Amino acid sequence: MQISIYSLLVILGCGLVTWLPRIIPFLMVRKMRIPQIILDFLSYVPLCILTALLVQSLMIYQPDRWPTLHYQYALATIPTVISAIITKNLMWIVIVGMVAMALIRLFLIYPE
Amino acid sequence: MQGTINSSLIISPKRQLFSIIKKRRKLQIRSIMNHSFKEGVTDCIPTLLGYIGIGIAAGIIGKASNLSILEVTLLAIMVYAGAAQFIITGLIAMSAPITAIIFTVFLVNLRHLLMSMTVAPYFKRFSLLNNIAIGSLLTDETFAVAVNAITKKKSINAHWMQGLNLTAYVAWILSCIVGAVLGNWLPDPYQFGFDYSLIAMFVGLLYLQLISDKTHSIRRNFSIMLIVTILVIFFMRYMVPELALLLATIIGCLTGVIIQKCK
Repeated sequence: MQISIYSLLVILGCGLVTWLPRIIPFLMVRKMRIPQIILDFLSYVPLCILTALLVQSLMIYQPDRWPTLHYQYALATIPTVISAIITKNLMWIVIVGMVAMALIRLFLIYPE
Repeated sequence: MQGTINSSLIISPKRQLFSIIKKRRKLQIRSIMNHSFKEGVTDCIPTLLGYIGIGIAAGIIGKASNLSILEVTLLAIMVYAGAAQFIITGLIAMSAPITAIIFTVFLVNLRHLLMSMTVAPYFKRFSLLNNIAIGSLLTDETFAVAVNAITKKKSINAHWMQGLNLTAYVAWILSCIVGAVLGNWLPDPYQFGFDYSLIAMFVGLLYLQLISDKTHSIRRNFSIMLIVTILVIFFMRYMVPELALLLATIIGCLTGVIIQKCK
């Protein structure tokens, strides 16, 4: 159990700059009314951020090169989407996705 | 003299009834609070597998990069953000300058500003302390679950959100510690499709968001999704994925507003 001053400073600093953007909007909305244009903008945040999170995790990042598609993840996404349409239940979607991924690894990776 | 004392001691029936109603309402409110906190905990369960898988991975990688268990734990408690923790671990291992690490993490985590701005208005009626607590523990996943509940017009309140947030927070910290302590003995968390649980969750949350969104037309939503997809891939050519995500989201939202204004 040891910690250097260097990593302590890094952790505290990173903690602070992560915390502030998280709480500042919660303090701001109490003090002022948000203009309609900002509300319109924010109404697209869930759709855009979820799409971006999904696309980003389906791609493999390589510095200074075009990202490539993670084929196994992309393949597992097909049954996952189908299960989403059928069940509309998050728990089932996650279970189907994980099982699909495990099966893909089992059948596509090991025979090689 | 005596009469006045007596009259102040005797509680009129009307007042008695009022105090009973008040007491009952207090109990009712408390039971609603408990109920919604528990509901928040339950609503968090589908997302837990993602937290556990990634948290263990973050712990293992932290330990492998020569961070102490204390450092891994503090990172989970203070920073509480998956991608950022991986990045910090990598930069600490390289002994990068402190200011450079902090600035990188600030940019990578700036998306929280957008997420907090989106959900904050729904918790305005609750206390300041409640609001700070909700904001402090907001993550991609709890944000998505909350937004989903809001679009479905489910009555959400601060206690539900605390239940959701705290469950995720505790699961994350414990997973990071387990990863750091037992790392060498655990099976690879990427086996059994654990790593995919996070992506499956994004698929599910995105789909649920799409079908419950009544304010925008499905056609507009699809075109914005297409634009965001292209932008993320394009920006990932030139910058780290988290920045690509932030920029693509901002431009995607702006596009939505512009389409709306042009109609």
